[in-house]
Amino acid sequence: MTDHALQPGDGTPVWHVAEDDHDHGGNGATVLGFWIYLMSDALIFASLFAMFGVVSTAFAGGPAPRDIFDLPLVALNTALLLASSITFGQAMPHMEANRVGATRFWLVLTGLLGAAFVGIELYEFSHLIAEGAGPQRSAFLSAFFTLVGTHGAHVTIGLIWMVVLLVQLGQHGLSQPMKRRLICLSMFWHFLDIIWIGVFTFVYLFGVVR
Amino acid sequence: MSSSSNEGAAAHPAHAAHSSGHSRGYRVGTILAIVLTALPFWLVMSDVLHDAQTTIALIFAMALAQIVVHVVCFLHLDTRSEGGWTLLAFLFTTVIVVLTIGGSIWVMYHLNTNMMPMPGGTAGPMQ
Repeated sequence: MTDHALQPGDGTPVWHVAEDDHDHGGNGATVLGFWIYLMSDALIFASLFAMFGVVSTAFAGGPAPRDIFDLPLVALNTALLLASSITFGQAMPHMEANRVGATRFWLVLTGLLGAAFVGIELYEFSHLIAEGAGPQRSAFLSAFFTLVGTHGAHVTIGLIWMVVLLVQLGQHGLSQPMKRRLICLSMFWHFLDIIWIGVFTFVYLFGVVR
Repeated sequence: MSSSSNEGAAAHPAHAAHSSGHSRGYRVGTILAIVLTALPFWLVMSDVLHDAQTTIALIFAMALAQIVVHVVCFLHLDTRSEGGWTLLAFLFTTVIVVLTIGGSIWVMYHLNTNMMPMPGGTAGPMQ
């Protein structure tokens, strides 16, 4: 397989290994493997949520959630991430129907919404740090920055992955390996939206109400 | 995976589900997700209930409902995909997540309330 990939018809070198379908054409093994990765990632977030739950009232005389959380901003951020999940869902039927242009259009839209989400989160973080509510202020804020920051890092990595796939779509079109990669990224992206449901409920809304 | 291993990708259960009946489930999921996101924010930001306990119970119930909606409508988890292994992995993960979060909070809460009072510290938990 590798020999074949390195020597395509016109003799130009190809810098990736053509993927050998060990299970005869299905995406099953990769999809199941990626699903198990997502489940292990969920366990990382579970431990961060548990840590946040334990120290979420340890303010050390510092600000409480009610003092620092800007719920309209969080609502806007939540809407952006949810919208990006919906636009990714719009890309998938176009991918199934082999429409490269439409797939790229919805992917670009998804990426822009995701980038806006990360931008607003960075603004929120810098605003909190400028107010003296940085991660070193109290155990509550340490846990907050760790949990929300880990989610934000995941979204950022998803964005990098999305840019890579957009470039590869231009190079390879909608080949079988490309479809498999897009299916994995869509699972990753929807998964991050699910984690964010936990974040906006447990961290922001619950923090402000209680 | 070998049971459904024709060369055509559509033969795969997860894949077949991807192309057929999906768009309707996706639309239903989208509407439910928007409602289940807007409602808790509205409940908290306008404080319509004037009752923190009920509001908290409602926002957590809606978060759980929305997680189920996302997993079923967007991640297409069902009993058939990958021969049931995705569902099994998901259920196993759910058990561990509940044990980790619920167990940690439970144990640490009781640790706080049953500890000897710290010198000079009469304040609430984990100050």
